[in-house]
Amino acid sequence: MTLHSSELLRQWSSIVGVAALAIAGEVLIASAMRDLGDLDNHRTGPGLKGFLGPVKAVLSSPKFLIGAFCMAFNFFAMLWALSIVDLSLAAPAIASLTYIGNAICAKLVLGENVDRRRWLAVLFVCFGVVLISR
Amino acid sequence: MKHALKPSQYAILITIMLTASVGDTLLSRGMAQVGQVDLHHLGLLWKALFNPFVISGIVLLIGFFASYMTALSWADLTFVMPATAFGYVVVALLSRFWLHEHLSLYRWAGILLIVCAVGFVAGGPSRTENPEEPHELGLMDSGAGR
Repeated sequence: MTLHSSELLRQWSSIVGVAALAIAGEVLIASAMRDLGDLDNHRTGPGLKGFLGPVKAVLSSPKFLIGAFCMAFNFFAMLWALSIVDLSLAAPAIASLTYIGNAICAKLVLGENVDRRRWLAVLFVCFGVVLISR
Repeated sequence: MKHALKPSQYAILITIMLTASVGDTLLSRGMAQVGQVDLHHLGLLWKALFNPFVISGIVLLIGFFASYMTALSWADLTFVMPATAFGYVVVALLSRFWLHEHLSLYRWAGILLIVCAVGFVAGGPSRTENPEEPHELGLMDSGAGR
C-alpha cells in the first residue's frame, strides 16, 4: 500500500513538475513575444536574410532565453516522465494541467482578457483531451 | 474588436496544428524504441538523440516552436492555445482515415469538444487591446507614440 502510494506520488509529482515547467516556459515566451510585437516588423529586408532581424530580436530577449530554457528542460523532463508514467495518463494529464495553468497565468501575469468564451474553450479542450486519450 | 487574420497568419496556425501533433507522435514512437529512461540510465537520453524517429520529431518540433513564437508575436497566448490542442484532433483523424483504426465514441466526443473550443476562440479577437499600446492598424506611425 505504502509502495503503491509512494509510486502514485512520484508519478503525479512528475506530471505536475512537467506541467509547471511548460507553463513557466510558455508564459515567459508569450510575454517576450508580446514585448517584441509582430515579427514581420523586425524583418531587415526581403528573402532569407530578412529573417536575421527577427531571429536577433528574439535571441536578445532575456525573457525568451529563460522561457526557452524552461521549455528545453521541460522536453527532457517529459521524456523522463514518460518512462515512469504511462503515456495514456501522462499525455492528457500534462496537457490539461498546462492548459488550465496557461489560461490562469495568461490572465494574471500577461494581463490577457480571458473572457467567457476563452474559459469555455479551456474547459472544452481539457475534457476533449481526456476523452481523446481514452 | 475583431481582427481578420492575414492568409500567412492562418498558414502559421495550421503549421502549429500539424507540426506539434506529428512531431509528438514521432517522438513517442522513437522513445518506445529507445526504452525506459530513469535516473540510473540517463545515458539512454543521449542514445535517444540518434534515433531517426526522435530526430525527425525534434526537427518538426523546432518548426512548431518557430511558428508558435511567430503566432505569439501577433496573438494572445489564450488565442493560440486551442490551435495547439487541434493537433490531437489531427492525430485522431489521421489514425482513423489513414491508418484505418477504429475511433471510439469517446474519441469522437473529444474531437467534437476540441473543434468547438477552437470555434469559440477563433470567433473572438486574437489580441487583447491595451489602451496604452499602439493599435495594430496604427503601426505605421507607432514610432511617434513610443
